Amino acid sequence: MVRLLRNQKVRNALLQAVFVGSLAALVIAGVLIARQNLARQGITSGFDFLFKSTGWDVSFSLLPATANDPYWWYFLIGVINTLFLGSVGLILATIVGTVVGLARTSSNELAQLMGRTYVDIFRNIPLILQVFFWYALIRHLPTPRAAHDLWGVLLTSRGIYIPAPNVGGAAMLAAAMAVIAAIALVLWLGRTSRLGRPVGERLGVQLAGGAAALACAAAILAAGRLPDLPLLDFPSLQGLNLRGGFRIPPEFSALAIAIAIYGGSYIAEIVRGGFKSVGKGQMEAALSLGLSPWRVFTLVRLPLALRAMLPILANQYVWLMKATTMGIAVGFTDFFMIVALTINHSGQTLEAIGILMAGFLAINLSLAAIFNRINKAIALKGNQLRG
Amino acid sequence: MEMVALAPPAPGRLEDLRRRFFATPLQAILSLICLAIMVFLAWKLLNWAVFSAVFTTTGGPEACQAAAGACWSVIAARWRIILFGLYPYDEQWRSALACLTVVVMTVLSCIPAFWTGRRIAIVWGAGTTLFYVLMKGGMLGLPYVGEEAWGGLALTLFIFVTTCLIGFPLAICLALLRRSELPWISRTTGLIIDAVRSLPLISILFTFAIVLPFALPQWLIGDKLYRVIVGSALFFSAYQAEIVRGGMQGVPAGQEEAAMALGMSYRQRIGRILLPQAMRNALPATINQFVISFKETSLVVIVGFFEILASGNAAYGTGEWRFAYVEVYAFIAFIYFVFVFSLSRYGAFLERRMSVGER
Repeated sequence: MVRLLRNQKVRNALLQAVFVGSLAALVIAGVLIARQNLARQGITSGFDFLFKSTGWDVSFSLLPATANDPYWWYFLIGVINTLFLGSVGLILATIVGTVVGLARTSSNELAQLMGRTYVDIFRNIPLILQVFFWYALIRHLPTPRAAHDLWGVLLTSRGIYIPAPNVGGAAMLAAAMAVIAAIALVLWLGRTSRLGRPVGERLGVQLAGGAAALACAAAILAAGRLPDLPLLDFPSLQGLNLRGGFRIPPEFSALAIAIAIYGGSYIAEIVRGGFKSVGKGQMEAALSLGLSPWRVFTLVRLPLALRAMLPILANQYVWLMKATTMGIAVGFTDFFMIVALTINHSGQTLEAIGILMAGFLAINLSLAAIFNRINKAIALKGNQLRG
Repeated sequence: MEMVALAPPAPGRLEDLRRRFFATPLQAILSLICLAIMVFLAWKLLNWAVFSAVFTTTGGPEACQAAAGACWSVIAARWRIILFGLYPYDEQWRSALACLTVVVMTVLSCIPAFWTGRRIAIVWGAGTTLFYVLMKGGMLGLPYVGEEAWGGLALTLFIFVTTCLIGFPLAICLALLRRSELPWISRTTGLIIDAVRSLPLISILFTFAIVLPFALPQWLIGDKLYRVIVGSALFFSAYQAEIVRGGMQGVPAGQEEAAMALGMSYRQRIGRILLPQAMRNALPATINQFVISFKETSLVVIVGFFEILASGNAAYGTGEWRFAYVEVYAFIAFIYFVFVFSLSRYGAFLERRMSVGER
């Protein structure tokens, strides 16, 4: 026996078996105890509850939702809400971050100072404090009767009302796709080798292509507008409440603003790092070739910086996506809040936690996969340098 | 013939300004726009926070509402709630002293003389014990105060310190397990680390605070505070383990091989060769992780703790100060800012200092 233990192979196998076994035992014991405890409360385990109706409402949903809908529908709503808030937050944070990051790398010292102040202030205050702050600020806006009016956008304590087009849903969707097509067309025209003109002298063609696609979008909107109504529906006061327009609830706006500002301060640092990593020689070489400063920026500096920052940016995006779970602090029904409410109302604790983990794993993995794809597409190709 | 090295004439002050901010017309416009924005914002802020602000409580909330600027009277009236929460009024000096202990502890651990495993362990062990005794009492003639009455800044600091205290050794363990040569051990640990890292902290805190009691035998459930601390330590350690692992990968393989050739045992190799060098490599990222984890401590407000954010909500949430939320949040943000900013500046300083040798 002792001799057997002296054998390293045996010892290693034993060690691993004990390690994995004890971890597995811990998990199994936990699950067993939980099932026992839950059974005592009259909760049967299993995923049957997914098809029962919930009996409670969600405060924010992009899809139609009533208290009669089953749990699986609510989970779907939660995931879509998380993705929606996440993407809005990501886009806003990227815009803020790019502007501040460019200010920090600019040659103007005053702009640098401004960028640095922004980053230093907003990076060092916890996100949830910022969420609370914006939420309190919006909740303390005047009531609809005394709303602030900013060029047709009404700021009230019930949310921010923006003008909405009086256009049918299908036409809206088609128009949105036309806008995406416009962006894709502009990018494609900039890269393709089928045009006679050299890359970099196609601004006119690009603009024309983009404008044509945008005109298509406008035409679709005009065709799909609801008859007898003005094209834009401005919110207006009727009685004690506001009618018309599109209402952004305070929870959503507070979270989106906070994520944009806080995330922007992190992305600004990533952008700055990316631009700093571009060698000075590259830019000097481009300038000495006679390229204009704008083309040095778009053809040399930006692509190289983008390459350096994309992997870090991907991590930051995943982090921001997870930050949407702060919704529970102000009552925005994101995926996590739906899970928490499910546990409260149905008691299906283990199943709900399992769904939560699976959901976030899926979101994170798909984000990582998308960014790996982009990263591969723009990374330095092995033979590019030697040509 | 005598050689005279002539430096170009130093530009005068005006010329220097012109070169830095008005070199080209575009630069000049940019400078002027930036200057205008900054002056405008600074003036607005100063005017709000200082010139037309109310600082005393004599007028009460009414005087505040009449003023155009900030209402710092809410802080003057409610600072005890914000800083100490529901801690008994007569004992709040203990809470203040406990917070001071944490500050001293943090400052001590920033001094390189304390950067040996034993010294840092002593500082943190003694500091946390002192903190705990001060807060909880029940000995040395201090009246007993249960954890449920802790709140405000002291609770925030307590959660942060204990998270680091449990999380850091755990992180080193996880990192060592992950680089183990035994495939099953390294793979299982990797799976745990990646699973924890892919989840949001709030969901882990929620699981530990509310769901875990179902899955634990009665005698192991314990206080909610300690369950949440364990959860947050687990989260911290999963991130920190990857940082430590990164530091270990920066140590050349020859170091460990040499140690092996000298006949050192596993413990000696790890404790004397690998970890000291790995920790040095990982130091900037570690400080960054401490900064992040201090900010994330504020999330415990969601599972119902009365830490500084919740006590701030309570400070303006009741009755007469309802309008003064901006001032309360500004005050709390300032406290966080002081802690986080000084720590991250220190991290940046260390990074610069350490990169000197590598140039």
